[in-house]
Amino acid sequence: MAAVGIRDVRKAFGPAQILHGVSIDIADGEFVILVGPSGCGKSTLLRMIAGLESITTGDISIGGRVVNDVPPKERDIAMVFQNYALYPHMTVADNMGFSLKLKKAPSTEISTRVNKAADILGLTPYLDRYPRQLSGGQRQRVAMGRAIVRDPQVFLFDEPLSNLDAKLRVAMRAEVKELHQRLKTTTVYVTHDQIEAMTMADKIVVMHDGKVEQIGQPLELYDRPRNRFVAGFIGSPAMNFIPGHIDAGPVLTGAGGLSMALGAEATQHQGRDVTLGVRPEHLTLGEGGFTAEVVVVEPTGSEVQVNARLPGGEEIVAVFRERHMFKPGEKIGLKPQPGLMHLFDAQSGERI
Amino acid sequence: MASADTIPGTRHRSILARIGESRGALGFLFMLPAAILLLLFLTYPLGLGIWLGFTDERIGRAGIFIGLENYEYLLDDSVFWLSVYNTVLYTTVASVLKFALGLWLALLLNENLPFKAFFRAIVLLPWVVPTVLSAIAFWWIYDAQFSIVSWVLIDWGIIDQPINFLGDPNNARASVIAANVWRGIPFVAITLLAGLQTIPPSLYEAATLDGAGSWQRFRFVTFPLLTPIIAIVMTFSVLFTFTDFQLIYVLTRGGPVNATHLMATLSFQRGISGGNLGEGAAIAVAMIPFLLAAILFSFFGLQRRRWQQGGGE
Repeated sequence: MAAVGIRDVRKAFGPAQILHGVSIDIADGEFVILVGPSGCGKSTLLRMIAGLESITTGDISIGGRVVNDVPPKERDIAMVFQNYALYPHMTVADNMGFSLKLKKAPSTEISTRVNKAADILGLTPYLDRYPRQLSGGQRQRVAMGRAIVRDPQVFLFDEPLSNLDAKLRVAMRAEVKELHQRLKTTTVYVTHDQIEAMTMADKIVVMHDGKVEQIGQPLELYDRPRNRFVAGFIGSPAMNFIPGHIDAGPVLTGAGGLSMALGAEATQHQGRDVTLGVRPEHLTLGEGGFTAEVVVVEPTGSEVQVNARLPGGEEIVAVFRERHMFKPGEKIGLKPQPGLMHLFDAQSGERI
Repeated sequence: MASADTIPGTRHRSILARIGESRGALGFLFMLPAAILLLLFLTYPLGLGIWLGFTDERIGRAGIFIGLENYEYLLDDSVFWLSVYNTVLYTTVASVLKFALGLWLALLLNENLPFKAFFRAIVLLPWVVPTVLSAIAFWWIYDAQFSIVSWVLIDWGIIDQPINFLGDPNNARASVIAANVWRGIPFVAITLLAGLQTIPPSLYEAATLDGAGSWQRFRFVTFPLLTPIIAIVMTFSVLFTFTDFQLIYVLTRGGPVNATHLMATLSFQRGISGGNLGEGAAIAVAMIPFLLAAILFSFFGLQRRRWQQGGGE
């Protein structure tokens, strides 16, 4: 096990710059998730840690050793690929033991370690099968087994669950997390699914356009997003954003006659153009907030999601535990819970 | 469709309508054109060839059935046995070389080269040029007096005399094999290249992380995953080489002293040039066991692996 350090790492493919100076510290034994929309550079960064992509500038260190020029096989890492990358012509046991075979480990040691990993993952009945004869979830487990057998310093996961169906994904999510709690190996995990990130990570790194937007614990990112991007990316359904202006009072005014009292601490920002952010689950029914016209009501059983339109034309989403069955066109009052509002600068998008 | 039978008043349907409603008959009808083509142009000539081998037919004179006489004659014919030896040698050496060089070329073309598309197109050229044309070019390259190879080697001072490419039995064998290899490599290389491109790059990345060097990646990933396509391409290559005719016919006509006669050229010489259709057909039929053996070898030995088969137990 080892800590991983990423210091001011940049990556360019010809003139196209993919990573613009990324720095992340990953402690020994930590489960870190890189999350962001497609094309944000998270997979590239993971592949750079693995040694599959070169580093344009900056340093990556594993266990205190800078590995920029160390070939992949000497970095002592194991990676789980999105498409599993199982060798189709090898049995499950051979797939898992391949790295040990290349190291010329004695066959008794190989089978001991393969059996142990298979036992952890519940793969023992399938050791003689070929990947073709396995289901998606089983293949996923074999790919993890291949990583476990290596007993590496760092596990790297590249969107490992995105080829699974929704139900299996939830099950595997718990399995991966449990595996980490059991083995305590430093893990870097890439996903575009913020729910995966929220549920599994010790620490989340939100990336966007080749930059780190915020690093923090899951709930920290949820409670205090540093900017509008993180606020909109973390949380489902996504946070509502309402443009406005802070007037004396302090009062937030906006299009369509919007006028809502803010807490006293907003006084210092008087006169600024801002974006108000409020999560759907932090809206309650009542006066003193927004008046909105119901568009669609979506009951999911455990909760009710209401899509409504503000007088200014913005769509707003609210989620209630109570079963409010509004009719389309009905006017309702939505009030943000005090202390659970976020204000962002209208231009820079930074939190204020 | 089955429900049509129960509707009253449909008893007096025409035969045509009834055929139209029967799946079996309709299927047979649709297969008929293909079946006729196959029967006419494949089964009939093959059957006729085998039949001719049992007769003493000559060009311009109908033969009679003579049983195995043609084959008995061939058993004692040293030229026939020489041609069998030549054919096996030619096929073995040329196929091994084509496989080795073709695989090497495919691996090179699979790398990220500049002008990749251009090189891939160039490699196909020997395969695109009509055989007779390239054979004539080789004929000049191998010319006893004007050979460019001899000329260059003399110019460099490596040899004093022009090489007698097609005049000496062993030189002639090597020369025709070289020409066949040149012509056959593109087929092997491009087909194997197509096979290489079906191997997902992530497998190589996984193998790299598992600690495999470039030779081990070839040995444990590339080669095993390529075996199915190797089996197919080499079966075809062996069949093409074994039945080769044009190249030999243009370059040496089987000479010198039958040293490069293949079974196909000997069959043509005896059957068409010599007029002994029966004997020529017998030589051609004698190739069938070899070809069947090659097909069965690849079919059972190489083609289907357990890991390729689908799910289930």
